[in-house]
Amino acid sequence: MTAEREKLVLIGNGMAGVGTIEQILKLGGAYDITVFGSEPHPNYNRIMLSYVLEGSKTIEDIILNDHQWYEDNHITLHTGTTVIRIDENNRQVVTDTGLSVHYDKAIIATGSNSFILPVPGSTKEGVVGFRDIADCDAMLAAAKQYRTAAVIGGGLLGLEAAKGLVNLGMDVTVVHLLEDLMERQLDRTASSMLQAELARQGVKFAMGKQTAELTGEERVTGLRFSDGSELPAEFVVMAVGIKPNVQLAKDSGITVNRGIVVNDYLQTSMADVYSVGECTEHRGTCYGLVAPLFEQGMVLAKHLSGVPTPGYEGSVVATKLKISGVDVFSAGEFTETAEHTVISAKDEWKRTYKKILLKNNIIVGAVLFGDVTESASLQKLVKQATEMTDEIYGEVMGTGCCGGGGAKKGLSVEAMADEEIVCGCNGVTKKAIVDAVTENGFTTVDEIKACTGATRSCGGCKPVVEQILQFVLGDSFQQSAKQGICSCTPLSRDEIVAEITAKGLRTTKEVMHVLDWKQPEGCSKCRPAVNYYLGIIYPETHEDEKESRFVNERMSANIQKDGTYTVVPRMYGGVTTPEDLKRIADVSLKYDVKVVKVTGGQRLDLIGVKKEDVPKVWEELDMPSGYAYAKSLRTVKTCVGSQFCRFGTQDSMEMGAQLERKYERLDMPAKFKMAVNGCPRNCAESCTKDIGIVGNDGGWEVFIGGNGGIKPRIADAFCKVRTDEELVEVCSAVMQYYRETGNYLERTSEWVERMGLEHIQSVILGSDDNRKELAARIDFALAQVSDPWKKMLDDNSTRTALFEQTRV
Amino acid sequence: MELSSREYAVGAADDFMLQIGRVVNAGEVELAIFRTSDGAFYAVENHSPHPKGGPLAEGIVSGYYLYDPLHDWKIDLRTGEVQAPDRGQATVHPVTVDGGVVKVSLPEAVARL
Ligand SMILES: Cc1cc2nc3c(=O)[nH]c(=O)nc-3n(C[C@H](O)[C@H](O)[C@H](O)COP(=O)(O)OP(=O)(O)OC[C@H]3O[C@@H](n4cnc5c(N)ncnc54)[C@H](O)[C@@H]3O)c2cc1C
Ligand code: SF4
Ligand code: FES
Repeated sequence: MTAEREKLVLIGNGMAGVGTIEQILKLGGAYDITVFGSEPHPNYNRIMLSYVLEGSKTIEDIILNDHQWYEDNHITLHTGTTVIRIDENNRQVVTDTGLSVHYDKAIIATGSNSFILPVPGSTKEGVVGFRDIADCDAMLAAAKQYRTAAVIGGGLLGLEAAKGLVNLGMDVTVVHLLEDLMERQLDRTASSMLQAELARQGVKFAMGKQTAELTGEERVTGLRFSDGSELPAEFVVMAVGIKPNVQLAKDSGITVNRGIVVNDYLQTSMADVYSVGECTEHRGTCYGLVAPLFEQGMVLAKHLSGVPTPGYEGSVVATKLKISGVDVFSAGEFTETAEHTVISAKDEWKRTYKKILLKNNIIVGAVLFGDVTESASLQKLVKQATEMTDEIYGEVMGTGCCGGGGAKKGLSVEAMADEEIVCGCNGVTKKAIVDAVTENGFTTVDEIKACTGATRSCGGCKPVVEQILQFVLGDSFQQSAKQGICSCTPLSRDEIVAEITAKGLRTTKEVMHVLDWKQPEGCSKCRPAVNYYLGIIYPETHEDEKESRFVNERMSANIQKDGTYTVVPRMYGGVTTPEDLKRIADVSLKYDVKVVKVTGGQRLDLIGVKKEDVPKVWEELDMPSGYAYAKSLRTVKTCVGSQFCRFGTQDSMEMGAQLERKYERLDMPAKFKMAVNGCPRNCAESCTKDIGIVGNDGGWEVFIGGNGGIKPRIADAFCKVRTDEELVEVCSAVMQYYRETGNYLERTSEWVERMGLEHIQSVILGSDDNRKELAARIDFALAQVSDPWKKMLDDNSTRTALFEQTRV
Repeated sequence: MELSSREYAVGAADDFMLQIGRVVNAGEVELAIFRTSDGAFYAVENHSPHPKGGPLAEGIVSGYYLYDPLHDWKIDLRTGEVQAPDRGQATVHPVTVDGGVVKVSLPEAVARL
């Protein structure tokens, strides 16, 4: 028989209380646990009610611990049950349903209630707070039935409620007593920028208005303000503040000020009764955000589990508004007084604002608007009361060099204590994240999110989680966090390619089976990659697997967000003819193409073709596919060149067309772009192309590894050649070497940096034999390709299966 | 409320390629029908549960999972459940294969919508 365990009773089934219990379970605290909650639901993430309202989450989505969790952990849960008294003498909690339960230790975590303005009419139908699922349901229901709403209160909650109701189609006015929104977190400048942004998103404002009365009979019809003016509203949300829910503590004789008074170990005035969360007052402060609650819960959990811990010393709070497209952040002190030194930068064009407050050169607060990338570092600096230095200044005000900034950030993560909470919303410590990464080999924030819950709620901690990830995956951690091409396998690209060759594996299925993939048929990342590697290794025999191709490649057209497709015919070197243009125009008219667009690569996009029309459009265009969807040669951009240009020394149009004809259709690790210029004026912009070619008096100059996309990079000068034949041979060799050594989806810009420019030069320019062999291999592979549009038109059953839509 | 369902014959089993989705309109519902590598059939409404929507039929199929073609969400074809870290639910309907004919049964209410 096991010894009788102590009885722990939690009153309040919310974020702070259950967070504490979770920590106690982790620490192995030996208690028999009973939980009481007034709401009929298991523990959910209150923060995310804003997302439920906005429509991006459902109530189901925000449940943190379902009934099964309580069962699995042998916790007795009483939902829909309110505790009305703690009986100190008999050590019992008493509920409104007539239960009495013995406790050895009790935790009060009753949270807060919405503060309802004590004005006439505030109890009318159609007036709600914004606190729990019931309020949220009421708002969702109101939006179906009514048009106009008023939200009283321009703080975090009020604004999120207002945006949610706007999304639900209501006409919403935010009524605010003061002239500044979120005046408790933002200074005047940030606040007016915020108001302007929200106004653009459709929220109306009535600022500086004091509500005197809610009008209407049974149901509310509007607001009357103290200045006599009125605002009609069929629905009213009160979001003017919260008040700690201390009724139970008061009724039980526990010392209460604004909140339930506790010491640094969260002890109340009653023996063995503790309190955490919004109902608590610590050193004179009641908190209304989750991060402090988790910090309190952590201390309490340790205390109750017999793990030594320093006491709780209060929290620095930081706020982030959860409205898409509106980035606001504030931490610590934000209103400037004579004591403060203020560093600020406002950019009205980019609509960003940044302010840092110093007191005796110590960083004590910060406000960011529009661009919150620095929020994580600033929050730390404020939290640790860091002294301002030239270095920090350079880093956070953006005048330092970017390289230095990055290194610094890594360091600050390194200096962070293991137990420090990174994700305040979900109470996830640095250590939990580091462990998740090292033990499971995670490499993405999403994986960390799925495992630890960090970043799951407001998302404010994402930058720090990313920094920790970077820090852990840095060189010294490389071995413990071995990372394959995706989560299906620990093998790297090179290992997979080596195994395929050594074992003679022929299909993706075989590869995944023999190499012991975690998911037998792979995922959307590795299937296309393995299919590509097989194609490179067996250019002649590998049968391309349509089912392993991303939709665009499978359909040979680009899918758009509405499910229609874009069709792009080839235009070699960006040159077309009046006859072709006429055909394109005719087909576009016939099939009701929505937009004809000239692309950056000098050709025409026919946007908005219906799926079932795609084959007919090809057939009638009767032009080769432009491969705008493919990981292969997209375009060869050309300038006018010697044919017409007064500066041109080389025939760029002709050379561009020749190269495009030669290399079209061939699979590459990623999309591939080229440019050819007739002279060094470089009108076709070869510096941002995978291969850029510039003509000069004595021949051509070749550049490689340029990119104008997500990670722009200027191409490196690769070599100079004299003749057209040499040019083609160099291009062939570079492209084939990239095909053979590139990681799937790796652009040449990354490839050149990974392999090193000198290395590639030595392989291709250092040995004539090498270069010729590479060129021969690409020619062999090129001999195997054919136009997919033609092929598809000849293959009835595939075409029907892919494009036709049956009606039954 | 009485919930009856109606069966729609959506095609011959051979019309469906392995691991490649196909769109069928049944009544007013647009379905994406999938045939997994073990030959089993699944029917999902051709609308991604991602807030931005979009079709599902063109996704990559792996085992019983579908990768949403536009957003790369991973969806269980058997239950419609979106896999972590994303959350959501695609609408799935039961499929039977009867003498080489693939049939999807849709609730009447949906079918008549
Ligand atoms: C819409 C919304 C958005 C928010 N957004 C953010 C945000 O972005 N960031 C942030 O940090 N914070 C945010 N918050 C605040 C955050 O949700 C709270 O700080 C946090 O939930 C408080 O936790 P708690 O456990 O103290 O109280 P709660 O989570 O409110 O839990 C208290 C629970 O106790 C129950 N209870 C009360 N009295 C009794 C009793 N006598 N017997 C039994 N049960 C009882 C209540 O029913 C309630 O379920 C938001 C809050 C809301 C409402
Ligand atoms: S790059 Fe030189 S040849 Fe080509 S268009 Fe410009 S100036 Fe003329
Ligand atoms: S701090 Fe809000 S999700 Fe992590």
